[in-house]
Amino acid sequence: MAEDWRQAGFALYVHWPFCEAKCPYCDFNSHVARSIDQARWARALASEVRRVARETPGRVLNSVFFGGGTPSLMDPESVAAVLEASRENWVWANDIEVTLEANPRSVEAARFDGYARAGVNRVSLGVQALRDDELRRLGRLHGVDEAKRAFGVARSVFDRVSFDLIYARQDQSLTAWEAELREALDMAVDHLSLYQLTIEQGTAFWDRQRAGGLRGLPDEDLAADMYDLTNEICAEADMQAYEVSNHARPGAESRHNLIYWRYGDWVGVGPGAHGRLTLDGTRWASECPAAPGAWLSRVENTGQAEDRTALSPQDIVNERIMMGLRLTEGVDMEFFEAQPILNMRAASLVEDGLMWCRDGRAGATVAGRLLLNRVIGELLVD
Amino acid sequence: MSTPLSRIRNFSIVAHIDHGKSTLADRLIQLTGTVAERDMKEQMLDAMDIERERGITIKANTVRIEYPAKDGQTYILNLIDTPGHVDFAYEVSRSMRAVEGSLLVVDATQGVEAQTLANVYTAIDANHEIVPVLNKIDLPAAEPERVKEQIEDVIGIDASEACLISAKTGIGIPDVLEAIVKRLPPPHSGDPDAPLKAMLVDSWYDSYLGVVVLVRIMDGTLRKGDNIRMMRTGGKYGVDKLAVLKPAMTDVKELGPGEIGVFTGSIKQVRDTRVGDTITHDKRPADKALPGFKPSVPVVFCGLFPVDANEFEDLRDAIEKLALNDASFTYEMETSAALGFGFRCGFLGLLHLEVVRDRLEREYDIDLITTAPSVVYHLFLKDGTQLELHNPADMPDLSTVDHIEEPRIKATILVPDEYLGDVLKLCQDRRGIQLDLTYAGPRAMVVYDLPLNEVVFDFYDRLKSVTKGYASFDYQMEGYREDNLVKMQVLVNDEPVDALSMMVHRDRAEMRGRAMCEKLKDLIPRHMFKIPIQAAIGGKVIARETLSALRKDVTAKCYGGDATRKKKLLEKQKAGKKKMRQFGKVEIPQEAFISALKMDS
Repeated sequence: MAEDWRQAGFALYVHWPFCEAKCPYCDFNSHVARSIDQARWARALASEVRRVARETPGRVLNSVFFGGGTPSLMDPESVAAVLEASRENWVWANDIEVTLEANPRSVEAARFDGYARAGVNRVSLGVQALRDDELRRLGRLHGVDEAKRAFGVARSVFDRVSFDLIYARQDQSLTAWEAELREALDMAVDHLSLYQLTIEQGTAFWDRQRAGGLRGLPDEDLAADMYDLTNEICAEADMQAYEVSNHARPGAESRHNLIYWRYGDWVGVGPGAHGRLTLDGTRWASECPAAPGAWLSRVENTGQAEDRTALSPQDIVNERIMMGLRLTEGVDMEFFEAQPILNMRAASLVEDGLMWCRDGRAGATVAGRLLLNRVIGELLVD
Repeated sequence: MSTPLSRIRNFSIVAHIDHGKSTLADRLIQLTGTVAERDMKEQMLDAMDIERERGITIKANTVRIEYPAKDGQTYILNLIDTPGHVDFAYEVSRSMRAVEGSLLVVDATQGVEAQTLANVYTAIDANHEIVPVLNKIDLPAAEPERVKEQIEDVIGIDASEACLISAKTGIGIPDVLEAIVKRLPPPHSGDPDAPLKAMLVDSWYDSYLGVVVLVRIMDGTLRKGDNIRMMRTGGKYGVDKLAVLKPAMTDVKELGPGEIGVFTGSIKQVRDTRVGDTITHDKRPADKALPGFKPSVPVVFCGLFPVDANEFEDLRDAIEKLALNDASFTYEMETSAALGFGFRCGFLGLLHLEVVRDRLEREYDIDLITTAPSVVYHLFLKDGTQLELHNPADMPDLSTVDHIEEPRIKATILVPDEYLGDVLKLCQDRRGIQLDLTYAGPRAMVVYDLPLNEVVFDFYDRLKSVTKGYASFDYQMEGYREDNLVKMQVLVNDEPVDALSMMVHRDRAEMRGRAMCEKLKDLIPRHMFKIPIQAAIGGKVIARETLSALRKDVTAKCYGGDATRKKKLLEKQKAGKKKMRQFGKVEIPQEAFISALKMDS
């Protein structure tokens, strides 16, 4: 149990907290800053990477992910500096995946070469919609044509490219989404993240909805129909869902995200970043201050931005369920068998057709995945 | 020496809620310097939080005011501030018997209300001299001439010499004091040397003094140290402390005829004292008790359950303590599959129910679930026995029942004409029988014979909503009548939910059943399977709704940075489930019961 993380792998997450503008649906830790001292931020991020790496020397790093915010606002040199720091005390796996989230705009596409030279081999583009009016509604700064061109550049520069779409939007019909999704699949992608629009607290959409605006969002039935249709169409296109909202051709899954869902170890650096790290048999949850200024000053003044809390055995079980059941592959049956109560509850969910159990693994069925919060709710231990 | 009768005036104030009764009492106390300015707080006499908050009087309160009148004499004015609500009609009638006159306070902007009527008639029954007082005359909307006319038309008393006041600003208060002395009669008679005859007007529990008894001396003299006897209950006590209320307790040596005061005498529970009882000396008793004593009988019952099952013992303690101070409130333990352990409690009426519930929640800090209020049915069984049914859950098999009788009330409603049609329709819909319809100025006065059961359901709410709040309503019990009554059960996913059972008229069962099923459909959260919600009489389903299965509840994004937050969210959701009650596979949140059973306030 103590060294379980080894099976799932080891990853580094780097959070770049800045955006040019806040999107009305986004509740991530992002900030709009007038000017950013890139060199200073790169130094701080690299110093955090070094600090954790010195505690865990020799670990094999399977993935690095630059998320945000908008990491495609980073200078390629900053990306390179962080990656270099990660190689000093960790060993890069031969097939290491280095992903950077990028906005699909021409300014950013111009930096793709630089990122590739720094070591990035996969980009995840925030395309979000293939309709210009919808992009405007979502507060995006790019248009569909520009996004497609950026996607083309990315395909030529990186081995692997994914993009995100947001659906179940205001006034979106089932057929309209079907057409848009088919266009996306026609773009010769091998990985798609397809998220249903969720109105999160702390966003502009939340406030607008509370004020009685944001009408025409799909009801639960339509949203469920959209989800089912998405799975069908993607499956036909050989882009099976391997997770609740993620689709890939076999072998093209995001290795980085699989480490989260398979509950491996990951180091989180940057403002608001979270990590899970196993040290001498104890599993730690780490968290960094979310405000960029606070994070930066902690790094510069104390040499350590993160706080760590030891996870209890129940926390670990609950997190494994929560993350693992998101995956189509499910979790190892041994995990359930080790917990008699869980095993019993899982058996009842199998009876109700919400979970399956075969070949030594257990997971949520298609119906169960649509109700995953409830399924997980049934399984959580006290 | 006790005060001569000619210099005593005992009176009460009759008024509708919000018409300024307590404010006027405050002004009288203030102007006569009875309470030092710095000790004055709003609504001096309403001691309970609930009374102050709602502006209503629940317990009778008393104050003795010394007033130097314009004729140069100092008068003792005893004000008994009576409860203004029908639930406490008996207490009101007793308080009225303890005084000789009333101030009828009417809001000059609103006019006479139904509650005022009931209480003013009680005062007239008690042979009171009545001085009309029009309050709020400082407001631009005041129409004193119109309201005077209305008082004369509706109540039939002369209002030409009504005092015009503003209790808020103090205008006219000296005139009220003079009117009390000049126009209200002194106590009629009373022999200080006759055998003691004192009326028990009220009693309450004081944590320092024990039970405090408020009495009005009719005949004889009560002295500190006397041994007294309660003529109805037979209880014997020594008078430890004798005092008058100013409103703070001020010791006196004796109380003579016409006087009002309090005594203590190591009485353990308020239950041992009955409003309306006659107090006399043990050694030299009066030959006859005062007339008109009635023990109080609860008319509305409901279950009270703690929201948190662990608070059952706390609830028991609280109810026992409260009952010590309220003889009119009854309780017995009850268990419910839906709600666990609790108590079936009996009340004088809906306001009494609410007051008790509020006090339990506030003073004892216990969250409660209140089940649908039910009235007392008389069950006549085929074998000739007769039963009182307080709880629909106790309804015996229908085949053994010959017939059922239910309590009826006489309701008086005052309403502006434009809403009259709606009010008549409401009363007809509730199985009402019209007894009278008259006009009093711009308002209609309708009198209906209604089943109490239909009134405890949501009558107040409906009345308020169809008349936009312009109707006033009051009622009195009228006795029992046979009708076609049945027990309606509610089944959720085919499991009966006992807490939702109710007695209904057969003709109204479908409607009530449908309303309940529709309400529950909105209140029960969707589950991962579909849930039938049914109302049934015996084995026959009379209404049905289906709560469809939940289809989607999944978090779109959950990555490494979300683990902590999403886990907390799911754990919170799970903790929330613990507050649910389980019926087979269905979990029903506590709030669903509370809302489904929610009664009008």
